[in-house]
Parts: sequence; C-alpha cells; structure tokens
Amino acid sequence: MAEFLAMGGYAPYVWASYAVFFVVLALDALAPRAQRKRVLAELRGRLKRRQSRTEARR
Amino acid sequence: MNALTLWFHKTGSPPTFYRLAGLLLPWCYGIALLLGAIGLYGGLVLAPSDYQQGDAYRIIFIHVPSAWMGLFAYFFMAANAFIALVWRIKLSEVLAMASAPAGAAFTFITLVTGSLWGKPMWGTWWTWDARLTSELVLLFLYLGVMGLYAAIEDRRQAARAAGFLALVGVVNLPIVHFSVNWWNTLHQGSTVRLLGPSHIDAAMLWPLLLMAIATHLWFFGTVLARTRTGLLELDGGKDWVRAIALGPEMSAVAAPAATERTHG
Repeated sequence: MAEFLAMGGYAPYVWASYAVFFVVLALDALAPRAQRKRVLAELRGRLKRRQSRTEARR
Repeated sequence: MNALTLWFHKTGSPPTFYRLAGLLLPWCYGIALLLGAIGLYGGLVLAPSDYQQGDAYRIIFIHVPSAWMGLFAYFFMAANAFIALVWRIKLSEVLAMASAPAGAAFTFITLVTGSLWGKPMWGTWWTWDARLTSELVLLFLYLGVMGLYAAIEDRRQAARAAGFLALVGVVNLPIVHFSVNWWNTLHQGSTVRLLGPSHIDAAMLWPLLLMAIATHLWFFGTVLARTRTGLLELDGGKDWVRAIALGPEMSAVAAPAATERTHG
C-alpha cells in the first residue's frame, strides 16, 4: 500500500493530478444543481408575488 | 411532416427533453462512476509502470481522456451552435451553452495535469510550444463563450452571439490536434491512434479507453443537467415550468392559479 501511494517517487505529481481531476469534475456536476435551485426559487418568488397581486385586486 | 421530423420536433420540445434528460441523467453519472472506478483500478493498480517514465506516466489516464473531452466538448458545442444559428432551435442553443462550462472544466484539467506531468518529465511546468499554447487558447475560447453568454441580458440573443463566437473558434480545433505533428515540440505525439496500431501496451490501453468512455458519460451528464436548468430559465413563464417550480410542496398555492387558467 505504501509502495502504491509512493508512485515510484512521483506521488506529489500523480496524486495532485488526480485531486484536481476529481475536484473540478465534482464541481462541474454540483454547479448545475445549485443553479437549478436558484432558478426555481426565483421563479417561485415571481409566481408568489404575481398571485398576491391578483388576490389584492379581488 | 414525415415521421423523423415529427420525432425530432417532439423530442426537441423543452418539456419533453426536460423529462428525457431527467431519465438519462442518473444513468450517465452512474455508468461513468462505475467505468471510471474500473478504469482507474486498471490504470493505477493493474497496469505496469512505464519503462521510461516510471509511475509518473499514470497521469495519462486522466490527462489524455480530459484532453479528448476538451476537443469533443468544443465540437459538440460548435455543432449545436451551428444548428441554433441556422435553424433557430431553442434546445440547440441551450445545449451549446450547457457544454461550454463542462468543456472548460476538462480543458482546465488537461492544462493542470499536463503541467504536473511536465515538471518531472520535461523539467518545466510550462513551455510556450504549439500544443500547450493552442490548448490554452481553447480554454480562453470556452471562457469567452461563457462570458459573452453571461454578458447579454436577452437569453436567446446571448446564445446566438456566444454561438457565433464558438463557431469562429472551431479554427483552433485542428491546430490543437495536429500541433504535435506540425511543429517540433516538447509534447509527445499521439499515443492512441484510430488508424493503425497504437503505441501503447494493451494493459495500459484498456484503462485509458474506459476512462475515455467514463469522461464522455460524465460530460453528457453535466450537459443534460445544465440543459434542464437552462430550459427552466428560458421557459420560465410557461405552464410546464410553473408546474415544476410549484412542485408538490407548493401545490396548495398552485391550485387556484390552475383553476383560474381553465376558466379563462
């Protein structure tokens, strides 16, 4: 296991590469989720405002 | 309309595509993770070390698939931008703009892992040679497309302008791909070739190809996710989006609005 982690002396380069790969791709997948939540919340707010306006008019 | 055009219009309509993308999404991510895990096990554990580069070469299993994805994503984005510009198909606009951040992510990974690989092998983090420079230009093209899309208020106009920029940038794709043949460079030539034998042992090739499939699926997963959000944003005023926004927990509030509409 220690030998595997050492990567023949190239551990910092190899593991840093894999860390960048995983972190960037995880962010790439998480970003749309956050954006989706934001878009839906915005939409809900707009719909609520419109509804309270129509109710006030009655 | 013939059957094919009809099918195309139906699948391309935002609510249908939204639902379809939602069904495909988990499969894209799931299979990508599975193949990625197998590929990385093959690449990091099973494959022998390189006779010249020792274990440092193992960066290839993420560097090369990411580089392929950077080019593939650009091609996918440009093809959709072309369809959007010529036929004004809304879905293509959204698909094109959804692929830009994913492509930028892969290009960024390619540059960083290449740098981390270059330091121990070439003795330098960076050199201004053709391959590296054109890859950096590719990243800037992605960022330019994303920036232009974000800078214009009207979503459809923004997509058209950014799509046009994406099409102009296609010039860079053959430069990236052939740069190692056209110029003398520190970067090694292609290892895997579609035509003719690859310069790589089978024990190293299969993990590499699995990683390539996994990154493609991951790309389509994030593109579909972004496309879903983009469609919600674009169709914000439409009934199908309203139904999703008001969802189950908001259905009590939505009900009066729905009856109002049927009466009207």
